[in-house]
Amino acid sequence: MSAKIGLEIHCQLTTLNSKLFCACRADYRGMAPNTNVCATCMGLPGTLPRLNGEAVRRAAAIALSLGCEVPGTLRFFRKNYFYPDLPKNYQITQLDLYGPSSVGHGGSVAVGDRTVSIERVQLEEDPGRIVYGGEGGSAGDTLVDYNRAGTPLVEIVTGPDMRGAREVREFLGILHDMLENLGVSDTSLEGAMRADANVSIEGGNRVEIKNVTSFHDIGRAVEYEIARQAGNVEHGLETVQETRQWDERRRTTVGARSKEADQDYRYLIEHDIPPVGVSGAVAQIRASLPESIASRRRRYAAEDGMQAQVADVLSSEPHFARLYDAARTGENSRELANIITTDLMGLLETREARDCSRWSGPARRSPRRSTRWACGPSMTPARSRAPSRRSWPPTQRPSPTRAPRRRPSTTSWAWS
Amino acid sequence: MTANLALGLAEYAEGVRSGDVSAEEQMAATLERIARHDGVLHAYVSLDPGALGEAARVDRDARAGRDVGPLAGAPLAVKDNICVSRGPTTCCSRMLESYRSPYDATAVSRLRGAGAIVVGKTNMDEFAMGITTEFSSFGPSRNPWDTDRVPGGSSGGSAVAVSALECAAALGSDTGGSVRNPASFCSIVGLKPTYGRVSRHGLVSYANSIEQIGPMARSVRDAAMMMDAMAGHDPMDDTTRRAGPAGGHTAHLRDGVEGLVVGVDAREVDRSTCVGRAARRAAGALESLGASVVDVDLAHEGLSVAAYYVLTAAEAGSNLARYDNIRYGYDMPPDGYEHGAYVTAARSRLGPEVQRRMILGGFVPSAGHAGRYYLKALRARDVLASEADSAFSSRGLACMLSPTVPVPPFRVGEKIDDPVELFRMDSNTVLANLTGRPAVSVPFTLCDGLPVGMQLVGRAGEDARLLGVAAALEGAADDMGVPAL
Repeated sequence: MSAKIGLEIHCQLTTLNSKLFCACRADYRGMAPNTNVCATCMGLPGTLPRLNGEAVRRAAAIALSLGCEVPGTLRFFRKNYFYPDLPKNYQITQLDLYGPSSVGHGGSVAVGDRTVSIERVQLEEDPGRIVYGGEGGSAGDTLVDYNRAGTPLVEIVTGPDMRGAREVREFLGILHDMLENLGVSDTSLEGAMRADANVSIEGGNRVEIKNVTSFHDIGRAVEYEIARQAGNVEHGLETVQETRQWDERRRTTVGARSKEADQDYRYLIEHDIPPVGVSGAVAQIRASLPESIASRRRRYAAEDGMQAQVADVLSSEPHFARLYDAARTGENSRELANIITTDLMGLLETREARDCSRWSGPARRSPRRSTRWACGPSMTPARSRAPSRRSWPPTQRPSPTRAPRRRPSTTSWAWS
Repeated sequence: MTANLALGLAEYAEGVRSGDVSAEEQMAATLERIARHDGVLHAYVSLDPGALGEAARVDRDARAGRDVGPLAGAPLAVKDNICVSRGPTTCCSRMLESYRSPYDATAVSRLRGAGAIVVGKTNMDEFAMGITTEFSSFGPSRNPWDTDRVPGGSSGGSAVAVSALECAAALGSDTGGSVRNPASFCSIVGLKPTYGRVSRHGLVSYANSIEQIGPMARSVRDAAMMMDAMAGHDPMDDTTRRAGPAGGHTAHLRDGVEGLVVGVDAREVDRSTCVGRAARRAAGALESLGASVVDVDLAHEGLSVAAYYVLTAAEAGSNLARYDNIRYGYDMPPDGYEHGAYVTAARSRLGPEVQRRMILGGFVPSAGHAGRYYLKALRARDVLASEADSAFSSRGLACMLSPTVPVPPFRVGEKIDDPVELFRMDSNTVLANLTGRPAVSVPFTLCDGLPVGMQLVGRAGEDARLLGVAAALEGAADDMGVPAL
């Protein structure tokens, strides 16, 4: 029974210094509730969004890396809906309804033999966070923490091109490595990468699964949903077109209220942000993109005669690849690659308690890498993951004192 | 020294600098005048208790030879939808009755920086929706020329304060005529600058794609001086990025109109009404000063009011959505409500005009209706803008002249129950907002003892030249004197 799966991935640009429309920190984690806020991200009367140009640049870098076209002029829109975590009761986002004006469209990613199309990449603001019952208040309270409100978020929408949970995992693995290679997001941080999946089987109705926040669970959710829909077909039942929430604890999808599914967002042009002309900058961004993982892999295989498996492992680890590139000479490449991929990586791997419950990395073809997924979310919870080898430049770790992050020079893009 | 409350801003500052004028005495006299007349006029909804102390500080600074700025000591009234860091900013709505802004609007902080002192916040139609000030949640303002009549709106309180000498100058905001309409009704000067010329940072949004903060003053020169202090690029407002540097607004005040072409819509100079005859006379006055007057007909101008109300409703629905009684508002426990019912209940204490426009604003951009309303209105705006552009360029117009409002001030209560009739009062003013052009209302004459102002709509970005034409028209206007209070 063949399934069609499309993904909507939300990825925070965690390595930026400031939020999308104000000077508050983009990295809000670990702060006391409602301390990383200002008049603008609280949407106080009279405040206006000031677009973070660096966020636009990085979103464009993601779009270009996904093979998208970046239009010459970007526009922003308001998505209107009421929710307490949304300070203005509208979200500033992008929309291609009146012609392409989102940061990217029409890209594609090769996943094995299949091509997954990238319909759209858009830049938007993250809402605040709702805390239900208990945490920080009395049991019946529902509290809102606006520290996250306004954090730059890139939404990546794929076509319904994946056929099963395995391809979903593989696609997310490629995407994860790409984002890490660009240095735009530390996807291991909680909530930095979230996914919704649209699943349908054999021309049946489409079901949207929302709220999956871990890499592990998206595959499970898709597997569960395919099985559930297949069960419907078997019993001659029609699958209802609806939105379902992923229930992390019970590992099932649960029907959400149908009201939430057919919201009318009454999209309006966001006139507070004038159209952003980027045609001149796109070529510069493209030219200053770091080498892609695929090109590095080809280079290692072709120039250094590296074995496919070794090239695969080394090329997808940007910091180790840089180490390798810096130390390699004509003669030492084979030995160097072995030292890094076997001794160094192995050493770090044994010393490091790995976080299996977050988006800290995909399952891979490499047997070494796949072991990290054997532990499962029930094992060691996330430690303070410093210093972790996933976190080496380009994405710096927050130090325990949470010094302001600087963007590492290795991946900073020129812009005029 | 006796206080002279009719001083212009330049004389004011010069007097304070030289010691001939005491800012403290002027402020005290202003406050006294407010105490005497504002019970009837109701221009102010709150006063800044620090104003007198600030005036004394300006005097001390002047005596010490420090730079006290080009607007030194001038008592400034601020419309209540423009944020100040001290005192309330309510938009004359119950929803924001207890709201205090943590910051000054850029226009306010720049005027303060130039030496002006905020006296207080002025009355307005709730969230700037209205043209009579009768939709204020705190009761209407009264026209100083005839207290049975409305002062216009929505910046009615500011116009009343300027006209009745309860301040030296004021800030208003203009979404569809809200500076110019009350300026006309109260016989003062009001400018709606080019969109993006004055920062909207700190202006509580109603229809953010077309509104501007504008100066309201007793002379064109005073308005120009305020623009010099507050216009220009502001990093807090991305829409000001093309505003260029501040200043230059007084540069053309003596240029005259020799050789300029002024467009007039024949429909607006209807001899059968006093206002129409006044407009014809105003055109004649500019002609006698050397301008040539040509007929201009914008074929689609009839669409402007409809397009205006659709766009403003859609934007208002979005801009005011944040007033959901969670972060602002009155005491209303959320328990026991279903989501939608909560929102409805939370908004139930907004006034009738705000509710009307928010309901309309939820409808016109909604799925299935956007094509017939919101998108069509956007197209109408584009058509109007290109039509105005081609009229200006093909005829070489410097500006277009019309009465600001088709009628003189009407009575309080006369039109409040007829929203469509009220919308029609905007027919001459909304074009400038929809097309982003600067427009100014200049006092011109009295009809049966009631003020009538003329509007000039200029070229986008050429606010200073528009003020030059306004100064010439001001020189040719009747001597109306001041309202007898």
